[in-house]
Amino acid sequence: MTSSRRRWVRAIVSCVLAVSGGSASAQPMVVRDDRGVDLAIAASPQRIVSLLPSLTESVCAVGACARLVGVDRFSNWPDSVRALPKLGGIEDALVERVVALKPDLVLAAPSARAIERFEGLGLKVLVLESRNRADVKRTLNILARVLGAAPQAAAVWSRIERDERLAVERVPAHWRGRRVYFEVDATPYAAGAGSFIGETLARLGLVNIVPTELGPFPKLNPEFVVRAQPDLVIAHNANLAEMPKRPGWADLRALRSGSICGFEPAAYELLIRPGPRMGEAAQSLAACLAALPAPGGAPR
Amino acid sequence: MCTPDQQRRGRLAWRLGALTIVLLAAGLAAGSDGWSMLALWDTLQRGDAALIVGQIRAPRTLGAWLAGALLGLSGAVAQGLFRNPLADPYLLGSASGASLAVVLVLAASSLTGHGIALATAGAVARLGLVGAAFAGALLGVSLTLVLARGAEQTTRLLLAGVVVGVLLAAGSDLVTSAAPDALRGKQAFMLGSTGFLSWSACAVLAAGLLVALPPAWRLARALDALTLGEDAARSLGLSLVHLRAALVVALALAIGVAVSQTGLIAFVGLVSPHLVRRFAPAPHGYTLLASAATGGTLLLAADVLARSLIAPQEVPVGVLTALLGGTYLLWLLHRRRIA
Repeated sequence: MTSSRRRWVRAIVSCVLAVSGGSASAQPMVVRDDRGVDLAIAASPQRIVSLLPSLTESVCAVGACARLVGVDRFSNWPDSVRALPKLGGIEDALVERVVALKPDLVLAAPSARAIERFEGLGLKVLVLESRNRADVKRTLNILARVLGAAPQAAAVWSRIERDERLAVERVPAHWRGRRVYFEVDATPYAAGAGSFIGETLARLGLVNIVPTELGPFPKLNPEFVVRAQPDLVIAHNANLAEMPKRPGWADLRALRSGSICGFEPAAYELLIRPGPRMGEAAQSLAACLAALPAPGGAPR
Repeated sequence: MCTPDQQRRGRLAWRLGALTIVLLAAGLAAGSDGWSMLALWDTLQRGDAALIVGQIRAPRTLGAWLAGALLGLSGAVAQGLFRNPLADPYLLGSASGASLAVVLVLAASSLTGHGIALATAGAVARLGLVGAAFAGALLGVSLTLVLARGAEQTTRLLLAGVVVGVLLAAGSDLVTSAAPDALRGKQAFMLGSTGFLSWSACAVLAAGLLVALPPAWRLARALDALTLGEDAARSLGLSLVHLRAALVVALALAIGVAVSQTGLIAFVGLVSPHLVRRFAPAPHGYTLLASAATGGTLLLAADVLARSLIAPQEVPVGVLTALLGGTYLLWLLHRRRIA
């Protein structure tokens, strides 16, 4: 009799414990994403699909790389994500493959079609958009909350800031106040002062020839660049090689004097991704500046 | 007793029906793990069969057929209306209107972000991509009708359509040069995709077909009269103004619905009526229905191929429709010249 009663008590106690313990771990948190949508996410998702390279990098930077089960076709850092299933891009995501992976969280940039479809199929989609430095920090913090990795995110951010400080110290004095043209595409599109690339360049003491008013990535008249006569040109190596062939561009002093920073695809991707490697990007730009000869004339 | 023409029509109908059934089955079997009945069996054994087959493959398969049917129907209506075998259903400004609206939605956030603050962009963004594409297609056609002062003159209508197309395309290019982020989305829309079709999309497509088919069918005899020339049609007592207006509205609805769900899928509308006429010359009543069935079959075949050719990756379905339809049409033309 006593033993059976004890068994009952034990069963009830263990039940109560299980229920309370279960509810504590499964308590969903509510996160507001960049669409302004409040998302209830079960604590610490374990199967994550990321459809944007900078978000993939952020997940890995806060130490949750092992929880990624699939990424978009452009995600290539760190090396471990190259082995994951490739799920297309955000505009042409492979819906069936994503769903078959049974993710408990999908990370995506704002883009209508795929997100709507994923949500229709019952997936949780966290939409995050990084346009500038402040966005990168905010995105890291949101991810840290969702993944339960706040200390790691703080460490990532302080590493970005430390790397940027080191980069700033490394820039030779004769480059401070010099004017820079950062080409994003040969059409030509430039990175303006308002973009996150522009923010990094400004930190390094450079002056952008493309003012904030023109927008983050404006399409320029090629003449604008020739007239602006930047002291420094930064671009993809392939674009740099054909620049002198553009009408009038052979007269650019920066090109003639070799005041150029050209990057190969992998190094260039580092510069154009608003993610946890922003500090490294600043370092790589500073290293190029340190290796260049001093520019002629005085800064304007 | 059947005439040879009637026999050919019957044969085409049977073939389309059989092909559709085979392709519907293939559509359920083809997925991200390639194309095989064994793979389908495996999928059905797993717990997520209802999700993968029931919620993804089935609506995608049916939706591809329905969208293709809308395109085929619009193609047949457009070619009958303009009495021109080169008439494309995207001709009246619907395609450029839809893509301008889509680009505005895609660019809305970045445009308002850096101070241009277009009130229209904000309003369009709230509409969503599908709604915007539909509204854009209808607005494009309305603009053409206004410019052509109604649908009375065929040449004027065609010219107005071309001009509206150029103007609206320039508009969307302008928006993308201000907001290059929208470029990739615009390209995806221009290529077309059947990958995101859901059951609700199927319902919308089916409703579009149900709304557009009856008036087109009813006006088929008028299209037959029109093949004799406008004067002859008028002398038969047809009111060309009302007839054309009704057909243009049906066309705009069908195209608007198809484009909003799948993007601008190339060539299905142009090539389906040609295929029907090659196999079974017939009055417009039959041609309209058979073109719809051919369009559906063609797009469904392209969708199944798009999924299975390089699985688990996908080929853009619009590329395949152009390749399939174009090659087949070329082959038909070539064979006919030799004969």
